[in-house]
Amino acid sequence: MKVLLIAEHANGKLNPSTAKSLTCAARLGDVDIAIFSDSVDAVAEKAAALDGVKNVIAVERAENANPLAAVLAPQIAKLAEDYDAVLMPSTTFGKDVMPRAAALMGVPQVSDIMDVAGEREFQRPIYAGNVLTTVKVPDGQKICGTVRVASWQPAPAGEAVASIDKRELDVELPSHTRFVKLEASKSDRPDLQSAPVVISGGRGVGSKENFDIIYRFADKLGAAVGASRAAVDAGFVPNDMQVGQTGKIIAPDLYMCFGISGAIQHVTGIKDAGTIVAVNKDPDAPIFEIADIGLVGDLFEILPKLEEAIDAEKS
Amino acid sequence: MKILVPIKRVIDYNVRVQLKRDNSGVQTDGVKMSINPFDEIAVEEALRIKERGDAEEVIVVSIGAKVCEQQIRNALAMGADRGILVETDDAVQPLGAARILQKIREEEGTDLVIMGKQAIDDDCNQTGQMLAAISNLPQATFGSKVELANGKATVTREVDEGLEVIEVDLPAIITTDLRLNEPRFVKMPDIMKAKKKPLDVKPLADLGVEMPPALENTGYAPPPKREGGKKVESVEELVEAMKNKGVL
Repeated sequence: MKVLLIAEHANGKLNPSTAKSLTCAARLGDVDIAIFSDSVDAVAEKAAALDGVKNVIAVERAENANPLAAVLAPQIAKLAEDYDAVLMPSTTFGKDVMPRAAALMGVPQVSDIMDVAGEREFQRPIYAGNVLTTVKVPDGQKICGTVRVASWQPAPAGEAVASIDKRELDVELPSHTRFVKLEASKSDRPDLQSAPVVISGGRGVGSKENFDIIYRFADKLGAAVGASRAAVDAGFVPNDMQVGQTGKIIAPDLYMCFGISGAIQHVTGIKDAGTIVAVNKDPDAPIFEIADIGLVGDLFEILPKLEEAIDAEKS
Repeated sequence: MKILVPIKRVIDYNVRVQLKRDNSGVQTDGVKMSINPFDEIAVEEALRIKERGDAEEVIVVSIGAKVCEQQIRNALAMGADRGILVETDDAVQPLGAARILQKIREEEGTDLVIMGKQAIDDDCNQTGQMLAAISNLPQATFGSKVELANGKATVTREVDEGLEVIEVDLPAIITTDLRLNEPRFVKMPDIMKAKKKPLDVKPLADLGVEMPPALENTGYAPPPKREGGKKVESVEELVEAMKNKGVL
């Protein structure tokens, strides 16, 4: 099977979601990676170095400066003519673009692929991950899907071996959609979606100012910082830190959460974590049902003690 | 301006969803059903646009069995002007729903479609984007702020990197994220009033929409269970337990 994976990238770098989606794509067949950008060279080199990539198709065009679905989808649909399957990561990028491309191709889409169950069969979560379903793409139809990146290990990068094919696509692009700006949260901390350790805070943290205690602890462990929907809704932290059904789905080795009760919509975002540690005042909080290690108590008393204990361990 | 708001009947947000004993599907008998929460946000946004004087009519549309009339009535009680039910007993997937909505959009001549970014049952997150594609219209997904002026919509989108702002020409399809607004509570007199509002029922077969290929469901399973539930009594024990797990 010939598989086309659409790379997610920014500022000349591949998003970690690309290497993870590649592992899924490689289960289906031979994988080419497509890059859409106004300046493809740096990203194309990086994509060519990923293990298992046959060809890199680089589509350089001024309109591709920003990832607009209305602009990318017709190009993807055109490129897809030569392939049996098209995949994108199930990040906000892929969720926005893939269905638009699938509809242009007139085929259904499989969202959030967790596992490949058969030649044209895939497992995916529904009901916030409370149920898993297996779906089959009808014979003779192109496979279109997004990959639930937290379910897949990244394909390793080695020496650049795949050929880079610069391609011009004869596709007319719409002008009805215009990029205005991206307000990206600036942070020197590790990326939430790929960090091995994540520290999260919830409503129990109480305020934006109080969240400093979470950041400080995370910095001690070199961890990324996440939050529950309640903390984002309350304005304690920006939206890109939300973990859960409608936020980010993550799978760190260690997830420590403070003041998060554990609504199913949050839990679905952390189910794949290696070890879950929960601290909460309420002994009946549902988070304790899934936490590997729970401690009932006031996070403002526990966190300073925990910092001390970790300092003592380190020295 | 007319605004079309598609809504989906789903198992209520607060229900703990369970598989049937034989894993043949999800238990829906006797379970509370509601408007998909993201769609409720879409209804609210459309009403606010109308209340600001930027739209004349808010039309809600649902696809499904007769019982979906309950959710349409709820949206009418919130303040929508009229409802349409595209009636079918078959399960409709996102691409099919997009084709149906495209037909309704054309028939009604709506300038703006506002709908939920995903339904909390199948969690597909596809229909709005697919509707935009086949209508050849702009899309602004995952909106947390919508401003309309001069035939354009400026939409702030919640993306993984932070907040993205895009501008689209109208007509357009906008999908809602959680922080766009907080839907109003419906009052008793509004429920009574809603009973008298027009609700058109159109059998799917009469619509003349060709249904596209669909995915075949080949099985359901419960997710792997996490063995959690262990508690420790002190910070010292917590550190010890983390060391034993090799995570510290």
